Amino acid sequence: MNTSLASYGYCFAGILQRELLRFVLQKSRFLSALVRPLLWLAVFAAGFRAVLGVAIIPPYETYITYEVYITPGLIGIILLFNGMQGSLSMVYDREMGSMKVLLLSPLPRAFVLISKLLALALISLLQVAAFLAIAWCFEIRPPLSGYLTVIPAALLAAYMLAALGLVLSSLIRQLENFAGVMNFVVFPLFFLSSALYPLWKLRESSEWLYHVSHFNPFTHAVELVRFALYGQLNGQALTVCLAVTTVLTLAAVKGFNPSRGLAPRAARP
Amino acid sequence: MSSQSMNRANSNEIALAIEGVGFAYPQKVALAELSLELPSGQFLALLGPNGAGKSTLMALLTGLLKPGGGRITVFGRDLARHPRHALAELGVVFQQSTLDLDLSVAQNLSYHCALRGLSPKAGRRAIDQQLERFALSECRTQPVRRLNGGHRRRVELARALLHGPRLLLLDEPSVGLDIPSRRELNRHVRELCRDEGVAVLWATHLLDELQADDQLLVLHRGRCQAQGKVAELVQGSAAGSLNSLFDQLTEAA
Repeated sequence: MNTSLASYGYCFAGILQRELLRFVLQKSRFLSALVRPLLWLAVFAAGFRAVLGVAIIPPYETYITYEVYITPGLIGIILLFNGMQGSLSMVYDREMGSMKVLLLSPLPRAFVLISKLLALALISLLQVAAFLAIAWCFEIRPPLSGYLTVIPAALLAAYMLAALGLVLSSLIRQLENFAGVMNFVVFPLFFLSSALYPLWKLRESSEWLYHVSHFNPFTHAVELVRFALYGQLNGQALTVCLAVTTVLTLAAVKGFNPSRGLAPRAARP
Repeated sequence: MSSQSMNRANSNEIALAIEGVGFAYPQKVALAELSLELPSGQFLALLGPNGAGKSTLMALLTGLLKPGGGRITVFGRDLARHPRHALAELGVVFQQSTLDLDLSVAQNLSYHCALRGLSPKAGRRAIDQQLERFALSECRTQPVRRLNGGHRRRVELARALLHGPRLLLLDEPSVGLDIPSRRELNRHVRELCRDEGVAVLWATHLLDELQADDQLLVLHRGRCQAQGKVAELVQGSAAGSLNSLFDQLTEAA
């Protein structure tokens, strides 16, 4: 059995290549991943620009437009939807049987699953890059160094959300149940966060909403990206993201059930 | 035939040993106390009607399910204790197609090579070899979605052989194929067995895929109903033909 270090590299490269190929082949997936945040940016943010004033808050050093504020949140939405897309494709792979091919690898299952998560996270980064390029045309121009420092931050956030997707895919029995994920996971994570409005603004309306949003890991993913985009490190956001990523990865790997989808439907509990 | 293949064919190693294996779904016993031995280079047909437990057994042998009891060893390695070593010896074709329809034939095969830890160079060599063997070279760049059922099955078989497995598990590989394609697939597998010493476990419910000197295990409702050479089983019963014997064994239980 070939278990040299190189074989792990070949395995990861193969998984990444497959995800890239699927991504390139599914053009509508790429377009919808871009159109969604662009709509928020071009329509929602433009409409709310006059309504929502944003005071000077870190990492910004001056008054900013709402479009500038919302950009890291929209990067977050790209990563969040990609995480869920990854989850959906894992449920689909399981139902279609192609997950079995992955599980027959003689390399450790944890390695294979983590490689899959990392591959999905790297694909998300491509979409973030495309979004930032378009945002540049909307006059949203963070410092050039920010385009480099945002890479590790967005990668960590993307990985964390992909791991969340894998955990969810273990809990979802059938493809049809996926709509519930949107209602009970994606929307609460997104709206109860600092993606669309600063938390102090939320606190003015509701103290408990503020606290819920403050504990939302997605808030910290967005803040990590927001600070990194301006060349700064938000230590608290990094700590929370690292901790949540570790817990979700362990839960995803430990909770992964290869027999899911094999039991005859009539015999399912 | 290569010297490696000759060595393999001459080996009397036990490729697969199943000892008292059982498995139950929450509301159904799928397999009960099943035992069998499959030496290298032997073709063993696992015959049973739908729902007999064949696919459950395949899932147990590939580690997708954990047995409720008993022991499975692949070339002497306990599957439960050394799953990675056991999986490395296996080539598998599942009943349901597991190809990625959007990817090309070569991309599907290359993904499999990577998952097995093969270098790109070794992978390309293995892919060329298997595509040639199964007369699929012309389909190399075609998306699997465009292939007919027979070609897809050949691609799956080619994929199962890329890493040089010594044990081949085939779960109703000919389902949905026309008669010429079924014969072709059956011929390929028997050649692998005879020429390269690969041990083959072929699960089926189609009696015409069996030959008189094949080893056979009849499975019904998760239990072994009969085990032995096809010709001997038929001669030793009052049935007169394999068809009648199969009917008797699967109706009586």
